[in-house]
Amino acid sequence: MIALLLRDLRLAVRAGGGFGLGLAFFLIVTVLVPFGVGPETGLLSRIAPGVLWIGALLACLLSLDRILALDWEDGSLDLLATAPLPMEGIVTVKALAHWLTTGLPLVLAAPLLGVLLSLPPGGYLWVMVSLAVGTPALSVIGTFGAALTVGLKRGGLLLSLLVLPLYVPTLIFGAEVARRGAEGLAVETPLLMLGGVSAGVIALLPFASAAVLRINLR
Amino acid sequence: MSIWEYANPVKFIRTTDVVLPWISVAAVLCLATGLVWGFFFTPDDYRQGSTVKIFYLHVPAAMMAINAWAMMLVASLVWIVRRHHVSALAARAAAPVGATFTVIALATGALWGQPMWGTWWAWDPRLTSFLVLFLFYLGYMALWSAIENDDTAADLTSILCLVGSVFAILSRYAVLFWNQGLHQGASLSLDKQENVSDIFWYPALVCIAGFVLLFVALVFLRTQTEIRARRSRALLARERQA
Amino acid sequence: MMPDLGKYAFAVLASYGVGLGLIVILVVASVLRARKVRAELEQIEQRSKRHG
Repeated sequence: MIALLLRDLRLAVRAGGGFGLGLAFFLIVTVLVPFGVGPETGLLSRIAPGVLWIGALLACLLSLDRILALDWEDGSLDLLATAPLPMEGIVTVKALAHWLTTGLPLVLAAPLLGVLLSLPPGGYLWVMVSLAVGTPALSVIGTFGAALTVGLKRGGLLLSLLVLPLYVPTLIFGAEVARRGAEGLAVETPLLMLGGVSAGVIALLPFASAAVLRINLR
Repeated sequence: MSIWEYANPVKFIRTTDVVLPWISVAAVLCLATGLVWGFFFTPDDYRQGSTVKIFYLHVPAAMMAINAWAMMLVASLVWIVRRHHVSALAARAAAPVGATFTVIALATGALWGQPMWGTWWAWDPRLTSFLVLFLFYLGYMALWSAIENDDTAADLTSILCLVGSVFAILSRYAVLFWNQGLHQGASLSLDKQENVSDIFWYPALVCIAGFVLLFVALVFLRTQTEIRARRSRALLARERQA
Repeated sequence: MMPDLGKYAFAVLASYGVGLGLIVILVVASVLRARKVRAELEQIEQRSKRHG
């Protein structure tokens, strides 16, 4: 499992792996928002937590089809399926690799982009915490979506359509933590809910992803 | 005699062919009675005025939009466990019907909300949950039409339906947490106290029956269609091989 | 015959229009597709019978 993880990480970091792509996309989205809504500081600082969350979510979405598509194309997915590793383990490792290469950089970059959006000082910590708790769920849900659409030729758009509704609970609770943190309110309730959603998703969804992948490899 | 006999496509088509005209007629009768009754022969509400008449379309459509998803969930489970094709095809057949009912509920709700709440749309929990439900229907139908192999499509969509159901319920509570709503509570609960009065209740009941029958009739018809389409594809594939 | 809908006439009539319109579209689409698929299947079945 660790070997698979290292392999996926190496592939992602190498050229063409799309490692920096998600980050660049996140940057561009956050830069475009002030152009769209105007440069007024008060407004920006009010919507900053939500914008950061939406940006992170879209950046995550962008890189989802890479989770399985490349391995599917060169046939290494079939090899992995015949390996002694259980399918559940494979999809979990894939999701973990996706999180390490996409989710974690997003978490670390969020405070910098928060400066651009004049995020209130109290918000930085909670934006990072909420993203750190929420993005693993995004990766795991995304792996499920990627497993559903892996064999399809134009799966990218369908993947977004399938995955976005599944992102609703995570987004609601995550953005709520960030917003309350930025406004200096109590964050415990949404944070616990966010953690609960993430934990439940990480524990259960790999089974669904593995089942789907087995069907697709049949 | 067990319910699984209807898992045989031929038997299903033969039985539904007999039943379908009756259900269709009953659906049309119920809908016509309920809607005409509601539209022409009920008084205006003292607060809502004549907009209370929208309720006869809005409530049954909303109920059936949710029940259609529940039916798809059951059909998907049956497919996963017992692998009866008719079940998977019935789930596929129900999706567009459920999506249409969702649109009806959303549209009539918007038309009602405009004069009553002063806005077409509010990010109210119930409204938002319905929008999310509509997105789920869209994704489900898109996945069905994207996959060519029938069995793979049935497997994948039924798992999507299971996962989607869990997330739909999660979203429901997340949305409730996110915003307190304008929408009134249950108008048809068993608790008599908060119920609407009988004058509005009886025609609504007939309308609900009409929507249920309409849904059943449409699902039967569409399932027959899917069974035939599947058989056509299978025969064509055999021809091409020969 | 027509009930007095007062100032909400537009909302009520539009709701009935949209609701019934969508139902009619759904029913017509379902019936048309059912007919088309049935005809196609019959054609294919006849052809496969002829060939053996």
